[in-house]
Amino acid sequence: MRIGVTVFPGSNCDRDAMHAVERAGATPVELWHADPELKGVDAVVVPGGFSYGDYLRPGAIARFAKVMGPLEEFAKSGGPVLGVCNGFQVLLEAHLLPGALLRNTGMRFVSRRARTRVEKADTPWTALYGEGEEITLPVAHNEGNYYADEGTIRELEEEGRIVLRYLDNPNGSANDIAGICNEARNVVGLMPHPERVSDPALGSEEGLRVFESVLAAAGAKV
Amino acid sequence: MSIQETYASLGLSDYEYDRILELMGRAPNYLELSLFSVMWSEHCGYKNSRPLLRRFPNTGPRVLQGPGENAGVIEVGEGWALAFKMESHNHPSAVEPYEGAATGVGGIIRDVIAMGARPVALLNALRFGPLDDERNRYLFREVVRGIGGYGNAIGVPTVGGEVEFSPAYSGNPLVNAMCVGIIRADEVVRAKAEAGEGNLVVLFGAKTGRDGIHGATFASDELTEESEAKRSNVQVGDPFAGKMLIECSLRLLERNLLVALQDLGAAGIASSASEMAARGEVGIEIDAEKVPLREEGMEAWEVVISESQERMLAVVEPEKADEVLKVCERYELDAAVVGRVTSHGELRVLDNGEPIGSVPAQYLADAPVYEREVQRPSYLDEAQRFDPDDLPLPDDYNEVLLRMLAHPSLCSRASVYEQYDSEVGSDTVVRPGADAAVMRIKGTKLGFAVTADVSGRHCYLDPRGGGAAAVAEAYRNLSCVGAEPVAITDCLNFGSPEKPDGYYGLSECVDGMAEACEVLGTPVVSGNVSLFNETERGAIYPTPAVGMVGVFEDVSRHATPGFKREGDMVVVLGGIPRWPREGHPLSGSSYLEVIEGKVAGRPIVPDLAAEKEAADLVRTMIRSGLIDTAHDVSEGGTLVAFAEMALAGGIGFDFAAREIERFADDKRHLQEILLGEKGATFVVTVPQNRWPELQEALSGANIGYDDTGYTGGDRFVVPGLIDLSLEDLRRARERDLFEQHAPEGGHLG
Repeated sequence: MRIGVTVFPGSNCDRDAMHAVERAGATPVELWHADPELKGVDAVVVPGGFSYGDYLRPGAIARFAKVMGPLEEFAKSGGPVLGVCNGFQVLLEAHLLPGALLRNTGMRFVSRRARTRVEKADTPWTALYGEGEEITLPVAHNEGNYYADEGTIRELEEEGRIVLRYLDNPNGSANDIAGICNEARNVVGLMPHPERVSDPALGSEEGLRVFESVLAAAGAKV
Repeated sequence: MSIQETYASLGLSDYEYDRILELMGRAPNYLELSLFSVMWSEHCGYKNSRPLLRRFPNTGPRVLQGPGENAGVIEVGEGWALAFKMESHNHPSAVEPYEGAATGVGGIIRDVIAMGARPVALLNALRFGPLDDERNRYLFREVVRGIGGYGNAIGVPTVGGEVEFSPAYSGNPLVNAMCVGIIRADEVVRAKAEAGEGNLVVLFGAKTGRDGIHGATFASDELTEESEAKRSNVQVGDPFAGKMLIECSLRLLERNLLVALQDLGAAGIASSASEMAARGEVGIEIDAEKVPLREEGMEAWEVVISESQERMLAVVEPEKADEVLKVCERYELDAAVVGRVTSHGELRVLDNGEPIGSVPAQYLADAPVYEREVQRPSYLDEAQRFDPDDLPLPDDYNEVLLRMLAHPSLCSRASVYEQYDSEVGSDTVVRPGADAAVMRIKGTKLGFAVTADVSGRHCYLDPRGGGAAAVAEAYRNLSCVGAEPVAITDCLNFGSPEKPDGYYGLSECVDGMAEACEVLGTPVVSGNVSLFNETERGAIYPTPAVGMVGVFEDVSRHATPGFKREGDMVVVLGGIPRWPREGHPLSGSSYLEVIEGKVAGRPIVPDLAAEKEAADLVRTMIRSGLIDTAHDVSEGGTLVAFAEMALAGGIGFDFAAREIERFADDKRHLQEILLGEKGATFVVTVPQNRWPELQEALSGANIGYDDTGYTGGDRFVVPGLIDLSLEDLRRARERDLFEQHAPEGGHLG
């Protein structure tokens, strides 16, 4: 299986995402922002970082990069897409997911381990977790405070689209939201970084199943 | 403005101007004078410190590159090497803390890139005045934001650091940043413009504007009220451009497109080009009008000394120039051929073909050297006059421990390091909060550890002993995570060398550090000197910062300070120091400062042989897998070390009653054991069934040890003296250093 990892100017978790993809047993493929093609990959990860320096708003400029056209089509046709941290912000700006991410309520960058609960295992990126399973993931962000209007939040809750929830909310997110998916459930955005805990050499593999899940989901389809 | 006023305003002395006249055989014009002013500043020319720096050892079996390049390089194994350096950004941070700190980080990252290495770890060493002063709080908050703002965005993890507060740094904070990069040993790049004549000089990165004109000279002046008015001198950083510069530089090197590479720092193009020319013994001509500019109306001399950030200068073979420009375009960076290598040995600046300044590069590289008389300052006798026997005995150890843990210089640093991304890159094995950061090298079992240690208070009370102590502490910190210490980079932060006190402190500290480096086998491979750290209130403490790097053959064999299991034996072990000892463990201690409000007495003079013996033994036991929990005893003594280990592991501690009973009649001795700082001491734990193995490991060595207690439960108990819950300890220690009001104990005296 080939998993694409987008690289915008200022992306800085792209190499980490590729490493996690490799550890999960898939082949990582670099998707350069200026090339309007997905190179026939089976899934796409939009990694974290500070695309375009976070200028204007995090993700606001990346959303117009050439690679985004085919990526949006891929997402709309059901292809598995995962946005992590800044990648989550990009997917929100591209309207592939609803809502916005605001400054953390503490008004500081927050870098620490956050305890979270996997709420839904029916997405291609969480299939190998148990629903209700608690995992500890790193967070590292300035703007991770998930916000949406009341109607949208209600919709997300009712449709079971909150995929990951904080047990100790580090940033003021509405309803402790750490990750959501789209209506079709193939597009997932996560604020925490599963790719950083995907290698036993670093003391934890709690995030690896995110990447293994998409392999399993693809296998099930074939 | 008279000539005299002009060169004085550029920071040149009468003597220096006369020497320029003599060298040049004519009067220099303003551009040439500017070149001398920046290249002969302390920051670039080391004119006050060069004779002292020669005392440092700088070779060793793993050293691939010592001082003189953009960064030092050591070998790890399997063809891997590490490039690293530490540098100060004190003066810019004093006037514009966010940008000063951010550009400090950017600058040190570029030094590492210039060696061809990928930056993989950042550290910092910080000093501020007490937090009950609003300006100090502002400087602290903004410096931390600046470090995070740059480091987080550029995608290099900030894995360690050090911060303390003392009135000695009010108005003159210290901001030292360190970067470690990884590279293949046979791919180290050097900044020599060799293979000379006919090669082209390419400038790439951000556009050039009027930033930091004369910043290097500014950094070598004392801070006065007028410095505030020099604000426009401080450069502005753009981590986004910095990130593109990393990727672009590495791509250019990977494709073998460059002959030499040099970062642009103090004094911009002029200084980088003259350094490249001097090292390569060639000349360089710069066409000022070809430099991509951000603003209009810049004079040619401004263009060549501008300190705009995020730029690099490369020497390129003519046939590869187009390819270089194309790669830069891919990374959306400006790039232009701005000059060429020649044989005339001069740094020559042309404006549309007209020479507007020309100086032999050797003259610029050859700053005058000042050797000054070393004179013991009068304050030392006064400061060292302190009799530990006059010290009151604590009546409540509970209160002593809680107050110490809550003190801004000893409490948890989480509120600082949680603002730094410490994991981007996915190589961080041990995150901030331990004795040293531990990093792996992907695809291998190899790893490295890195620590930054500073000993200002100790150096103030005993500059030579303090210099040695800073190196010894770094050696302990690396050893107790299990790494083999290899080499150091340093940042020497001192007051004015033109005052006898200042020069004495510098000279003595260097001697102490040099001796420690010699005995411990950790040569100095790179560094930086920051002098004139003075305000109207006087000089800072003599403050050497030591950044030490160590290596692992198998990074999975490392230790951390937190207690791991219930029921482990807690063992204090230490090198047996020479007797009679010099100094006293309670003199100059954290206890004395925090509880008694005094910075006085002569601290223990480090016994370097004992330091080495104990540290090497701890490392051996970690490598063999016998222990996985270790912590060195430093600020705050053993009591604070026990508490830190208990809190890090979330497991309580019971001190053995017999240990206390032993000293029932000698309360002074007990105070010294629990709160003194004598160096060469560690706390380790071992499961009870492996206690015989530990004794066996310790038996052959010249080591003293005591099994002082057991881990377990959720209380911290020293029979008859302390009985506190871990929650009490946590509440005291885990404080937010950025809280609105000055933390209690933020100010002392």
